[in-house]
Amino acid sequence: MMDIEYIDIKSFRQTMLDRRAAGMDFLREMIGMDWEAEGLGVIYILENSATHDVEELAVRITERDRPQIPTVSDIWQIAEMYEREVYDFYGIEFAGHPDMRRLFLRNDWVGFPLRKDYDPSETINPVRLESEKNEEIVREYDIAEDKQLAELVEKMKILHYDQFVINIGPQHPATHGVLRFRLSLEGEVLRKVDIHCGYIHRGIEKMCESRTYPQTLAFTDRLDYLSAHQNRHALCMCIEKAMGLEVTGRVQYIRTIMDELQRIDSHLLMFSCMAMDMGAITSFIYGFRDREKLLDIMEEVTGGRLIQNYNVIGGVQADITPGFAAKVKEYCNDQKKRLKEYYDVFVNNIIFRNRSIGVGILSREDAISFGTTGGTGRASGWACDVRKRHPYALYDKVEFKEIIHTGGDCYDRLLVRLEEIVESIHIIEQLIDNIPEGDFKTKTKPIIKLPEGRFYAAVEGSRGEFGVFIESHGEKTPYRLKFRPMGLPLIAAAQNIMKGHKVADMITIGASLDYVIPDIDR
Amino acid sequence: MEMKKPVIKSIPYEEFKDNETLEALIAEINKERTNVVVGKLDDLINWGRSNSLWSLTFATSCCGIEFMSVGAARYDFARFGFEVTRNSPRQADLIMCAGTITHKMAPVLKRLYDQMAEPKYVVAVGGCAISGGPFKDSYHVLNGIDKIVPVDVYIPGCPPRPEAILYGMMQLQRKVKVEKFLGGKNRHQKRGELPAEPIIVTNHPVKEDKEQ
Repeated sequence: MMDIEYIDIKSFRQTMLDRRAAGMDFLREMIGMDWEAEGLGVIYILENSATHDVEELAVRITERDRPQIPTVSDIWQIAEMYEREVYDFYGIEFAGHPDMRRLFLRNDWVGFPLRKDYDPSETINPVRLESEKNEEIVREYDIAEDKQLAELVEKMKILHYDQFVINIGPQHPATHGVLRFRLSLEGEVLRKVDIHCGYIHRGIEKMCESRTYPQTLAFTDRLDYLSAHQNRHALCMCIEKAMGLEVTGRVQYIRTIMDELQRIDSHLLMFSCMAMDMGAITSFIYGFRDREKLLDIMEEVTGGRLIQNYNVIGGVQADITPGFAAKVKEYCNDQKKRLKEYYDVFVNNIIFRNRSIGVGILSREDAISFGTTGGTGRASGWACDVRKRHPYALYDKVEFKEIIHTGGDCYDRLLVRLEEIVESIHIIEQLIDNIPEGDFKTKTKPIIKLPEGRFYAAVEGSRGEFGVFIESHGEKTPYRLKFRPMGLPLIAAAQNIMKGHKVADMITIGASLDYVIPDIDR
Repeated sequence: MEMKKPVIKSIPYEEFKDNETLEALIAEINKERTNVVVGKLDDLINWGRSNSLWSLTFATSCCGIEFMSVGAARYDFARFGFEVTRNSPRQADLIMCAGTITHKMAPVLKRLYDQMAEPKYVVAVGGCAISGGPFKDSYHVLNGIDKIVPVDVYIPGCPPRPEAILYGMMQLQRKVKVEKFLGGKNRHQKRGELPAEPIIVTNHPVKEDKEQ
């Protein structure tokens, strides 16, 4: 249950500046809200990266035609993306924001979809078969404090006409999905990177508002399909927390083991894809060969290879199979030997080292300001593992090391992932022999209603913190369900760290950040 | 000469589903008598075409990962001649549309399809590409790519298993084998003329489901 402090809009900016000065340097989450009669608003979740204190703030505005809230994008860099997202979904303009464009939807889209009074009819927004025009000129609002409404003061160009602009994506093999880059070049050096997302925006958050709680579970697997277990774990945890439901020890063990198996799966895929992006097909084959063995185990337990639908509210879908422990142990022993091959064939290769060491450096301060949790943050020296910060499931009972590197470059980002595979195996080995007897699922009522309130739960996904926010009004459907994307901070950081590098390095940086687009776009 | 039933090595003809569609296609072609020389040449060309289908990788979400698995060591689609994936539509024979198509992506898909050279095929992989899948009632998802491009093979699943993708690709091979290439697929298209409607081979009665 979250305890939210409402701030008056007049003192909002000063309050936020004070909080930042008080050490709240990590903007964990920014949630747009539509409270109908009480107006629109935004909830901010802040965290102190040293003490891990969390604070929740909210601001409300009753104006609906042109609601305006002062920006915080100069205080936390990630807010630039988050505010664009809120603008896209709720139409809240952020005064002082440098680049107030839509983030996901087409720029000729009519209406703001997550508002409660949005009209989804096909006649207003039909499927258009011509591409949108690039918006070269954006609006910027003056932040003058004495004015009631910020005025349009300047027209700023995103990419100037005299620059050499190339377009990469949305359908390009090196963008890991459907991400679109517009690059402004000088020779071969990137001067500015403009990232367009939303090519796989499926409106999951809006759809969740019309689904019952058990039905919403199905979407989480399809967000970031390489951390399907962790995503679903987060949502189940959030709902269980709200219901006050305690899951059995057996469930905790199974969930923790499956989370770690999924993490190994994701890191193996990251290694393979990074190798393939850089032209090392052999390593791709090696990585996938070992991943298939892992998928066999997953398939035997859950019935699915990639999308498993395993966690349910109160437990897991089905009990583990009899030979599970033996197979996992065999796999773990095997994988430890295989890891050495990866170093021999790819990581210690001189070409790869030259292309990755010192490329795309993300400093610790930037990592925190951008909120790039997960392997990317840890490669920059930021201890951001949710398993250590806010332990859940069994992570406070097992012993494991948080892998931290300080280089912040592409090479370190890969090393963090490979070393995390070893740690994950270590966690699994501590648990696999001690799975207690018990029910694999606690019985729940057929219709699940959550008490009124706001709830937040986070897990360490494969590539960062995956959070779930639920606002419940006591119905059987959530009033608002928000997923914290793991990838959005990563591409926000990518926009910055790619500058000054060559086009070929852009591919390396993109691969090392390891984003998954359906998770960003939701 | 007459067009014969398509043969796929090591899988008997009867074990494939939806043979009726192909038989109808063969019957249609057999109505017109074909010259033996042209017919034999057709067979040869189709043999070559069906065993080197180059796909445009168009992976938007989860199904793309399974498609990558098909390309890797265990499933290894090089055994069947699909291993060449192209990133330019101008060099590809077919689009593997693996994943959800949203409103923002729809113009891109249409444009890529239009850029491909004839003869071209479309394979819809996964529930999202077939009908919108779990996101059917979303405000931003296209309910099936067959609304904007003609689809030749539907591969259901969420995501389909690698075996299903291989099976779907074999169905496409069979379809390619029973086409009339010279004077049929390969004839000169007149300016402004629309391409012929494709004949749909399915593994699953998707069409009927939709009509209900």
